[in-house]
Amino acid sequence: MSTDYETVIGLEVHVELATKTKIFCGCSTEFGGEPNTHTCPVCTGMPGSLPVLNKKVLEYACAVGLATSCDVTRYCKFDRKNYFYPDNPQNYQISQLYLPICRNGHVDIETESGIKKAVRIHEIHMEEDAGKLIHDDWGENSLVDYNRSGVPLIEIVSEPDMRSAEEVIAYLEKLRMTISYLGASDCKLQEGSMRADVNLSVRPVGSEEFGTRTEMKNLNSFRSIARAIAGETERQIDLIESGEKVIQETRRWDDDKECSYAMRSKEDAQDYRYFPDPDLVPISVSEEMLDEIRSRQPEFRDAKIARYKGEYGIPEKDILLITENKHLADVFEETVSCGAPAKKVSNWLMVETMRLLKEKNLDPEDIRFSPAHLAALIDLAEKRTVNSTVAKEVFEDMFDTDCDPVKYVEEHGLATQNDEGALRETIAHVIDENPQSVEDYHNGKEKAIGFLVGQTMKAMQGKCDPGSVNRILKELL
Amino acid sequence: MNNVISDETIEYVGILAKLELSDEEKEAAKSDMGRMLDYIDMLGELDTDGVEPMSHAFPVQNVFREDEVTGIDMRDKMLSNAPEEQDGMFVVPKTFD
Repeated sequence: MSTDYETVIGLEVHVELATKTKIFCGCSTEFGGEPNTHTCPVCTGMPGSLPVLNKKVLEYACAVGLATSCDVTRYCKFDRKNYFYPDNPQNYQISQLYLPICRNGHVDIETESGIKKAVRIHEIHMEEDAGKLIHDDWGENSLVDYNRSGVPLIEIVSEPDMRSAEEVIAYLEKLRMTISYLGASDCKLQEGSMRADVNLSVRPVGSEEFGTRTEMKNLNSFRSIARAIAGETERQIDLIESGEKVIQETRRWDDDKECSYAMRSKEDAQDYRYFPDPDLVPISVSEEMLDEIRSRQPEFRDAKIARYKGEYGIPEKDILLITENKHLADVFEETVSCGAPAKKVSNWLMVETMRLLKEKNLDPEDIRFSPAHLAALIDLAEKRTVNSTVAKEVFEDMFDTDCDPVKYVEEHGLATQNDEGALRETIAHVIDENPQSVEDYHNGKEKAIGFLVGQTMKAMQGKCDPGSVNRILKELL
Repeated sequence: MNNVISDETIEYVGILAKLELSDEEKEAAKSDMGRMLDYIDMLGELDTDGVEPMSHAFPVQNVFREDEVTGIDMRDKMLSNAPEEQDGMFVVPKTFD
């Protein structure tokens, strides 16, 4: 008789914080600098250098903790985690073990298939990132770039509350949404600003005890997370079924080969000998400081979705898409408050804006046009001062340069001719020039009128409203 | 000596510290460590019931920096401390993930 197994998953999520400087020194965190140009004695672990905590790191960590219903530790400290590896210049990582900044939180998730549950957060702690090792395939050596060394991270440790890849992805999505709404990080798995290590074990369904877990690293997309979970679940069940034991170990996922392998370096003793860092003084989080952080918390996505439903009368599909990104939602709200109809605004954001973002490989954060200008463009289109083709053309320029659409239309002479006399004259001319189409139309070919509209638009250089052209054409025919 | 360091312990500490010791060095280290632990044990004579473990000598809290870039490119100086450099990076023995 075969046993049914249950997968038990807990996550350790590292999030790179969006500060301008490193956690313990004034070096820039900017990406793409030449190797080691963002380094100093502190982040390269020179003897005698003194780390000082970046206040913004503490504020972001508290903000994420409050947003995930954690208790903020009012008296907290940093500890040293000791290990030797060349990407870690001090031979210890400054982290938090004994008194992490946040504890006992939870995140409410809803999966694609509608499962709702709370995933508990064990703790959130602050720590520093390591440098980057560059391996030369042919050379005798490795090279180290310490630009990333000391970049601030928070590590969010969940309880083993997830049971499937679907729940894991829903949890990560929720964390990503919450943290990016806070502006604390852009949380991009592909670019490494969010990294998830998966702790996984299996047990017979109904069993209360946990099986032996493994930890899987190097998962940098939702797809690889889902595959790694499926693969590791199967591997552990196979081991148990064949009477072998699961070994507690760290495994590295290979996305190309779609399998994981144990990261066992010889003499790899997992004994970090943590102790309080004497260079960093303790932190006491005051009620005033927490109040200030609380007062700055944004309206989060769930609250926004609920409010939009009542306030804007736009379809749920639109609401979900617009609230996916806080900046996009901000642009939406501000454009509507400039007087534009909500549904028109959501259409412009979902169709043209999304198309251009995708085409130009940009994120919603990169939107440069001002809500007032989008509202003005919508107004021009509503009043039929420009037709939809011209509106899109203006929008493309506005998207790049944030031009004022009213001025743009004026300067480029794009306004529709509201002079009906001129329009009638042109249409009469088009009718004269195209006797065949006129005959087709009279013979019942409705489509022929489309050609005549097109010819008129062309003659008017697009500066007329197709609706009016249609109306007058039918009248004259 | 009250504290006797076993061969296994000295082996393990050697691994953690990435040190390769000769047999004589191991014996010397065992005796040194034993004496150090004896010395520390003197603290056990004090009554520390209800005393919070202390990590800092001075009652200073909340020393912060503002999030402003003050660092400048001092790569040449940083690399001047390295035994070897290549392409603006520190050269280390070949390491694998």
